[in-house]
Amino acid sequence: MNTAKFSLVALAVGAVVMTVAHWMHVDYLYFASYTILQFVVLATAWNILGGYCGYVNFGSAAFFAMGAYASVFMHKTYPLPVPILILIGGVVSGIVGFGMGYLTLRLRGSFFAIATLALSVVLQTLVVNWEYVGGSRGAYVIRPETIEFAGITINYIEYLFGLMLLLAVIALVTARTIERSQLGFGFASIRDDELAAEAAGVPTLRLKLIATTLSGAFMGMAGAPFPFYIGYLQPSSAFGLEYAVNSIAMPMIGGTTSWVGPLVGALLLGSAQQYAIVTISSAVNLLIVGLMLVAFVIIAPNGLVGLVQGWRRSWRKP
Amino acid sequence: MEEAMTALLHVDNITKRFGGFVALDGIELEVQPGERLGLIGPNGSGKSTLVNCICGTLQNESGHVLFDGHAMDGLAAHQRTHRGIARSFQLPRPFHSMNLADNLRIPLLYTVHARMGPLRSHGALDDRCHELLEMVGLLAKAKQMPRDLTQVEMRKLELARAVAAEPKLLIADESMAGLSNSEIEDILALLVRLNERGITIILIEHIMSAVMSFSQRLAVLVSGKKIADGKPQDVVRNPEVVRAYLGQ
Repeated sequence: MNTAKFSLVALAVGAVVMTVAHWMHVDYLYFASYTILQFVVLATAWNILGGYCGYVNFGSAAFFAMGAYASVFMHKTYPLPVPILILIGGVVSGIVGFGMGYLTLRLRGSFFAIATLALSVVLQTLVVNWEYVGGSRGAYVIRPETIEFAGITINYIEYLFGLMLLLAVIALVTARTIERSQLGFGFASIRDDELAAEAAGVPTLRLKLIATTLSGAFMGMAGAPFPFYIGYLQPSSAFGLEYAVNSIAMPMIGGTTSWVGPLVGALLLGSAQQYAIVTISSAVNLLIVGLMLVAFVIIAPNGLVGLVQGWRRSWRKP
Repeated sequence: MEEAMTALLHVDNITKRFGGFVALDGIELEVQPGERLGLIGPNGSGKSTLVNCICGTLQNESGHVLFDGHAMDGLAAHQRTHRGIARSFQLPRPFHSMNLADNLRIPLLYTVHARMGPLRSHGALDDRCHELLEMVGLLAKAKQMPRDLTQVEMRKLELARAVAAEPKLLIADESMAGLSNSEIEDILALLVRLNERGITIILIEHIMSAVMSFSQRLAVLVSGKKIADGKPQDVVRNPEVVRAYLGQ
């Protein structure tokens, strides 16, 4: 399937999801699904750098938070519609991603991972001490009840859900396009052997910068509508551990070598977490991530996608 | 007559230190277009460091590398590959998540395309991958993964990937270590075929019979210094070389 066809199919699936959700008319469904979709975007974004290039980023929360705080800043300075805030969040986090890449990509393996974690701590400290965006007290963003859209009044949560759905579609189409392009081959060569990639003529530093920028930008875009969704943003929730952990765990559980992996991982893990929040307790969701991650590392080290590929191969060769 | 030609590669007084250890000490080396040069030396004599300095994996502290009339100073490894220097690694470093054809696709996509400009069609790319695999006798395994290969096949893949970049100069870093006699013959024949197509080759090797039959000229490194350079028969009789290899 070529990219144009795939985009159409993805958009169609998105439209169906949107229609079904609208038809069911349950506000909670929007709330829960928004979070899951947000993780689809985060996991897909993480996978561009972590899965395709093999650079593990522990600082996803920082990129997400930069997008969210860019929105808070704009909301206080010059209020703009959410789609434009999403673009601004993407640009801000893309720039942070580029900077992080430039400073840390000479580091490899666990050293790179630690550097990204450090970046997250540094940025959180900055935000905590920045009064204008609320400092450590946090900032309120009052979400309107509804929004007028081409003469139709839409519930604001439904609107945010629709935007996140569209963003998820765009992120997945981007990831899939990269995977099949020259860029994707270059990324994979970096993941396999950077020295050999360089010897084969791959400009490894430039490619890694493209990956950190893209990955960061999508995380920022996922974060931009978050203050409107949650209504009150504080540093500890924007820089929350769950974003960093989930962004890593979801692609790992789904499988890191293909765009399907983060999608499946995010849907599975995200739904399980939402279910646990309602039925057990809101504190138990990280425990679920931990347990599932351990289980998958043992049962399916290449994720669900790897597991299915393995089965397919063994069926073909009896 | 050799003086009249301009060298393809000119290593001009290169020095490389690792902390207090001098790995390369004022190396001078010239390679003429189309030449087959053997580079030998005991372990730790600086052969691989020299290769790394020529290819840009390491940057030399002083001296220059001139290739095809241009200074390579400060250029990254991939830029030197684009200019026409290719290498194979001492220990094969295949892209292990890709099949053999895709392994060759990387230099085609990133070096040949970068040099030639517009993207070739997918069909042409596939054809070229298969052509290269056929040249090294791995066509039947195009869809297999590197982990399925034997040691000699791995070396051939390594050479095929270097050649895929359509280099002017190929540096084969110990492509034959650990292989059987018939396998060595195999690789040697492949290198000679490549040379006949106009690729200049530097062969780094410990196996003397292979080096002697392949090289038109032989250079010897000992402790980071070049101690001999000339016709292979003369070089191996050089008392200094004999002393370095056999001890005194």
